[in-house]
This record gives sequence, C-alpha cells and structure tokens, in this order.
Amino acid sequence: MNTISVEAGLILAGILFMLGLISVMIRRNIIFMLISVEIMLNAAGLAFIVAGARWAQPDGQVMFIFILTMAAAEVSVGLALILQLYHQLKTLDGDAANKMKG
Amino acid sequence: MEATFYIASAVAVLATIMVITRYNMVHALLYLIVSFLAIAVVIFVLGAPFIAALEIIIYAGAIVVLIIFVIMMLNLREETVTQEKTWLTKEVYVGPALLSVVLLAEIVYIITSGETTSVNQPVIDATAVGVSLYGPYVIGVELCGILLMSGIVGAYHLGRQKKKIVHRFLEKIEE
Amino acid sequence: MEALLWLIPALPLAGAVILIVTAGKLSRNLSALVGAGSVGLAALITLIIGFGFIADPAHTFHQTLWTWINVDGFKPTFAFHLDALSMVFIFVITFVGFLIHLYSIEFMHDDEGFSRFFAYLNLFVCSMLILVLADNLVLMYLGWEGVGLCSYLLIGFWYQEEKNGYAARKAFIITRVGDTAMAIGLFMLFQHFGTLNIQNILTQAPQTWTIGSETATAIALLLLGGAVGKSAQLPLQTWLPDAMAGPSPVSALIHAATMVTAGVYLIARTHVIFELAPVAQQWVGIIGAVTLLIAGFSALTQFDLKRVLAYSTISQIGYMFLALGVGAWSSAIFHFMIHAFFKALLFLGAGAVILVLHHEHDMFKMGGLKNRLPVIYWTFLIGSASLAALPFVTAGFYSKDQILWLAWAGEKGNLWFFLAALIGAFVTSIYTFRMVFLTFFGEEKTHVGHHAGKLITIPLIVLAVLSLVGGFIELPHTLGHVELFSGFVKPVLPAVEMRPGAESGEWIIQLTAATLCLAGIYVAYYFYMKRPDLRRELKSSMIVTNRFWFSGWGFDALYDTLFVKPFVYLSTRNKDDAVDRIYEGIVSGLNRVHNVFAQTQNGVMRWYIMGIVIGAIFVLSIGLILT
Repeated sequence: MNTISVEAGLILAGILFMLGLISVMIRRNIIFMLISVEIMLNAAGLAFIVAGARWAQPDGQVMFIFILTMAAAEVSVGLALILQLYHQLKTLDGDAANKMKG
Repeated sequence: MEATFYIASAVAVLATIMVITRYNMVHALLYLIVSFLAIAVVIFVLGAPFIAALEIIIYAGAIVVLIIFVIMMLNLREETVTQEKTWLTKEVYVGPALLSVVLLAEIVYIITSGETTSVNQPVIDATAVGVSLYGPYVIGVELCGILLMSGIVGAYHLGRQKKKIVHRFLEKIEE
Repeated sequence: MEALLWLIPALPLAGAVILIVTAGKLSRNLSALVGAGSVGLAALITLIIGFGFIADPAHTFHQTLWTWINVDGFKPTFAFHLDALSMVFIFVITFVGFLIHLYSIEFMHDDEGFSRFFAYLNLFVCSMLILVLADNLVLMYLGWEGVGLCSYLLIGFWYQEEKNGYAARKAFIITRVGDTAMAIGLFMLFQHFGTLNIQNILTQAPQTWTIGSETATAIALLLLGGAVGKSAQLPLQTWLPDAMAGPSPVSALIHAATMVTAGVYLIARTHVIFELAPVAQQWVGIIGAVTLLIAGFSALTQFDLKRVLAYSTISQIGYMFLALGVGAWSSAIFHFMIHAFFKALLFLGAGAVILVLHHEHDMFKMGGLKNRLPVIYWTFLIGSASLAALPFVTAGFYSKDQILWLAWAGEKGNLWFFLAALIGAFVTSIYTFRMVFLTFFGEEKTHVGHHAGKLITIPLIVLAVLSLVGGFIELPHTLGHVELFSGFVKPVLPAVEMRPGAESGEWIIQLTAATLCLAGIYVAYYFYMKRPDLRRELKSSMIVTNRFWFSGWGFDALYDTLFVKPFVYLSTRNKDDAVDRIYEGIVSGLNRVHNVFAQTQNGVMRWYIMGIVIGAIFVLSIGLILT
C-alpha cells in the first residue's frame, strides 16, 4: 500500500536541489562545485522519478537514465577540465579562472 | 512504506547538508555517498527498483569514485582543508543561502498550492523501462550514445598532459 | 538551319567564359583563336541562316530556350525572335565584329591585357546579339545593360590612367540616365499590357491606344530617353567623345558600328508605339536634326583624330534619328548598316594610323602618310568618301540621300528637317576631308614606326569594299531604282508615306546634295591644302566660336554647373550625414549601456550562478503574482 504524496517527493527534490545550488554559489573549490552540480542533477532526476510514479509511466525513469548519462559525460569532461585548470593555474580556486570577462 | 520514505528523505537532506558544509573533500564525498544511498531508497519506495539500482551503481559508485581518483591524482593534502576554511566564511554563504531559501519557498508554495495527490501505483520494473527506452525513446538513446562518445573524446583531449600545450583560452596567463 | 540561332549569341559567350575563367593563362595565339574564332563561327552561322532567310524575308523564326522568371503573370522567357530587322543587325554585329576581332589580334598584340580584351569584346558581342534577338523587352534590357557594362569595361580598358577611368564612369553614368527612363517606360508598358513580349505589345498597342494617346506618348518619350542615352544624342551625347579613351577597335565596334545604334534599333523595333505618338516621333526627328548639326560643327574644330570620328558618329546617328523621326524606318536601318561599314573602317584606319605613329592622336602632327601607308590611305579615303557621301560611287551617298529625300518628301518631313540634313551633309564633307588632308597630305611631321600587317589591312580592305558596293542594294528611283534592302525589311518596317505633291523633284535634291558634298571637299581643300594662312586668320577671328564648338557646344560645362557642382556642393555639406546622427546616437547610447553590462561579466562563475538564481526568483515571482 503506497500512500506517499507527490508533493512530499517533489519537495524533497526541491530541497536537495536548493542545497546543491547553495553549495555551487558558496564554494570556491571547483571540485566542490562539481560535486554540487551532481547533487542538483540527482535532485532533478528524483523529480522525474516522482512524476513518473505519479502517472505510473516508465517515461520518468527513461528521463532519469538520460540525466544519468548526461551526468556521467559531464563529470568526465568536467574532471578533465579541472585537471587541465589545475595544471595551468596551480590552484583549485574557481575564482582564479576569471580571465574571460567583458 | 510511508515511514521509510520520510526517514530516507530526512537522511538524504541531512547527508547533503553535511556534504556542503565539509571542509575536507573526502569527508564530503563520503556524505555524498550516504546521500545517494538515501535517495536510492526513496526511489525504490516510489516504485522504481531499476533506477534505484542505477543510482547506487553509477552515482554512488562510478561518479564518486571518479572524483576520488581526481583528488588522488591532484595529490590534495591538508592545506586544501585549511584553504577551504578560509574560503567558506559567513559573508560568503549567507547571501546565496538566503536567495536559495526564497527560491525554495516559492517552489514549495507552487508545489503545495495544487490538489494533493498520492503515489499509489504499482512498481514499474526494468522491462517496462527497457521497452520504453528502445521504443519511443530510441533516438534519445542514440543521442546519449553520441553524447557519451563526445564525453570520452573530450575528456581524453582535455586530460592529456603534454607539457607544451597551453590551452588557447588560458594562453595569457603564462605571460 | 534556323534552329542554330541560339548558337549565335552562345558562341561569343562561351568564348568570353573561357577567356575569363582561364584569366590570361592561355597563350596569345590561343586567346586570339578563342576570341576571334567564336565570333567568326557566329558570323558563319549568321551567314548560313541569312541565306535561308533571304529567300523568304517575310517569315519570322521564334526560338524559346527556357522560361526565365515566372512570377504571377510576369513570365519573360529566354527566347529569340528572328525577323528581317534583327537579321540585318545580327549580320552587321557578327560580321563587322569578326573583322574587328581579326584586326584586334594584331592591334592589341603587345598589350598586357590581350586575353582580357578579347574576353570583354566577346562578352560585348554576346550582349549585343541578345539585345537585338530578344523576343521580350526584359531580355532586351539584359542585353542593353550588358553592352553598357562592356562599354564601361572597354573604355576603361587601360585603367592605369586616371582619365580613362573617368571617361568610363562618365559613359556609364550618363547612359544610366537614359536607361532609367527606359526602365520606367518598360514598367508602364507592363502595366498596360501585362506582358513585355515585343510582338504581343506591337499587335495590341494599336487596339488599345488611339493615335496621339497620352499614355502612348509618355511611353514613347521614355523609350526615346533610353535610346538617346545609348545612342549619344542630344542631350545625353557628352559621353561619346570621351569614350574614345578606349582602344581603337573598341571605338570602331562599340562606339561607332553597333552599340551606339542600339537606340536606333529600339525605336525601329517599337515603331508601332511611335506611330501612335506623333509628338514623340516628331521629337525623335528634332533631336536627330539638332544633334547632327551640333556634332557636325564640333567635329570641324577637333584636332584629335578619334574625337573627329566620335563627333561624326554622333552626327551620323543624328541622321538615323532624323530618318526615324520622319517615319523612314528602313532608311534609318539602311544608313545604320552602311554607317557600320564605313565608320568601323574609319576607326580601324585611324587606329592603324595612330598605332604606326606611336600613339599620336593629334592630326596637326600627322601628314604625308599618303605614300607611306598606301593601303591605309586608300581604304581610309574610301571610308571618308562614303562618310562625306561622295556621289554615285559610295554607299554613304545612297543611304544618306534617301534620308535627305525623305526628310523633305516624307509625310512627316518638313523644310526644317531637310535644311538641317542638308547643312549637316555640307559640314560632314568639310570635316571629313579636313581630316583626310591633315592626316595623309602635306609634309610628313611624325616618323612612321612599324608597318601594319595583314591582319590590319585585310579587315580594312573588306570594309572598304563594303563601303563602296554596300549601297547598290538600294538605289533611288532616279538611278536604277533597286529596292533590295527596303524590300527585305518591309515585313517588319512599313514603307514611308509620301507627302502629297512631293513625289517629283528627287533628282534636284540629289543634285544639291552631290554639289554640297563636292563643295565641302573643295572648302576643305582650299583651307587646309591651298591657303592654310587663310584658315589661321579665320580661326583667330572666330576664336570664341571655335572654342565653343571645340568643347562640344559647352554641354560638359553646362552639366557640370547644373548637376555635378550642386551635387558635389550638397554632398560636401552633408558629409557627416544629418540622418546618420540619429543612428549614431542610438549606437553610442547602446554602447554606453553595453559598457555598464560588460561590468557584470567579471569572469567569476559564482556571480553568474547568482544571476541565474535571481532571474529564476524573478520569473517565479511574476508567475506567482499573476496567478
């Protein structure tokens, strides 16, 4: 017997997303920023799962798999970028990489 | 079942809070694993066992391991922790946190303003997901393949460490 | 055989494309072969078609290649229409064009732009053929602008010298004035008939308009504007003398034999419209009469050999316009053909003289070439005689005599036209023989360089023969009465109506014209051979008139004051463009805003994320407030 309300699931996803967002904004360490982005992506995926469960359709889970794929690709490229950045700047400070400005 | 959901949710939120407040990166990652596991439980409760397994294998497994590899490659030590302490001060996080809370409040308001519905559907197993993936979403699957391919190529290209290569965006730093 | 018609313009076009694509990489011999050969083949096909055509000049041949544009009823085709009128023109264009190509091989031999020259020349021949073969006015306009372009390119052929570029621009801009008028005329025609097919318009026009209809008059005047611009008639004649900056073969082909007569072709082709607009037709005659006098007197005072010929060309086209004005369509076309022969001959001869005298243009520095250059002398003499209409033996006599006679006896002719033509004839023979005496007689003043080769002399001889015998296909009533030519073009161009009571007396006019021609020659002889001192006296006593005529009756100065100077003044005043200020203001305002926003792009990623969050809050808040 399943009586979990959709709102509760969505609010959980919202809270997790918000925590990830806060972390992205307050952290200067780019590895932490990457971790936070993972949290946010995961939260978005969770929202899809909740929606999929609400309508009893597999589409929500399909979307989660897509997000998962995207997250995997993103984390691999992101980590490669971090390595490159660390070699260039000798620091993990995200604010140091501010050469592209108007 | 309801109790499981709420407990797992509480664990996930708490673990995530711990992730974003740690100074030590490895500690943060450990909490992140906990958070992912808790979310996996939530997903399982919501009737998606296949995705719960994927969550554990790929998020808690592969991605976190990948990040740990990078931390090991970069040979980060204690000084990064102290550095992190100096970076994460109160004035840095109050503003963004407030903003995010406002946003969260709005989202919660939007979510709860509608009629309450409950998830009362049976489990959707891997078969249904697989049929859907290779049925109407087959183009999406192929696009994912291309994305992963480009991810691999991109990671390889960016990760190479030839001494002389200076990325063109960052050339000026060497001056 | 007539199915080969499309090849006639296609061959020169192919030649031009080959020469342009290879961009001077071909050897000189190969360039000459492509350039002259393609036109030669076109001339050959023209001859073959022509022989078939002569048997039955009344029939027409229509060849549709493809539909060019198809927009809501406006459907010009790429189609050729061959009738007697276009037959005459394509014959002259390909045949004279081929001779001039041959001549150019030797004339341009040492020029760097040898291949470029032939490319332009071929493109010109192609455009001119399209112009005269087009079955609709849009296609004709394509050829019309095509020859304008080639004229521009060839006048400015030696572009390293600034004045040549100036002359080219002048020609292009002044003809553009006429072309604009013509384009408006075409728009009006399309508005009234819904088609620009020439044959359809010509059949529909008499049913739509009555004689003297205002619309018909307006359209005819606009078409006349185009014709006046292209054919260098008053008031747009000033570009032609300057166009002599181009190489001599160009002057011969474009600025004497073919392109400048496009206006004559246009009016002859649309003669039905002009017949419906007597006022416009009268203006054609008036313009012709005035132009032939003005240009004739200007030619009297020039010292540059080619400029004399340029003014003479304007004057001779004036004769053609006069003929068109009195409705003597076939006489105009006949004079066009004969004029193409002798004027091409004269220009080629002049070019040869200039070439052997090391680019000396001044006639007063020439002289005594009679024995030095016998072939050029004799052919040039024949051309001059034809231009001066030396009685009975030259073609020019027969063609010009016909115009004189019809200017008097034609239904639309009158005494003034006749007098103008008569005085023009007198002046023509004076300046023509002044030119001959100064160039070939007297003492030798400039050393003769290398002699002209076969490729120069053969075209001269062929054209000289044509200038002599070309007239015998159309003889007046009093002298044998042959009407081969007018009979040939009769299916297209109706015969002129005679004024009642003027049928007789043709022989008097012929006698007068012949006498005036001989008198003109004698005057030239008297002033330039026998009593040069008298000439100098006359010149100093008439110095003002002399200057006035020399400058082409001051038209250049007039236009300079009327149009160029006010325009230049206005543009200097408006150098900073008042309207532009508004846009500059907008730009600088945006620039300032841009600078403000550029500050926000500080490269710190967290800042950007914050921006996204604030934006999300903003959007969600608006959404919440609105619901």
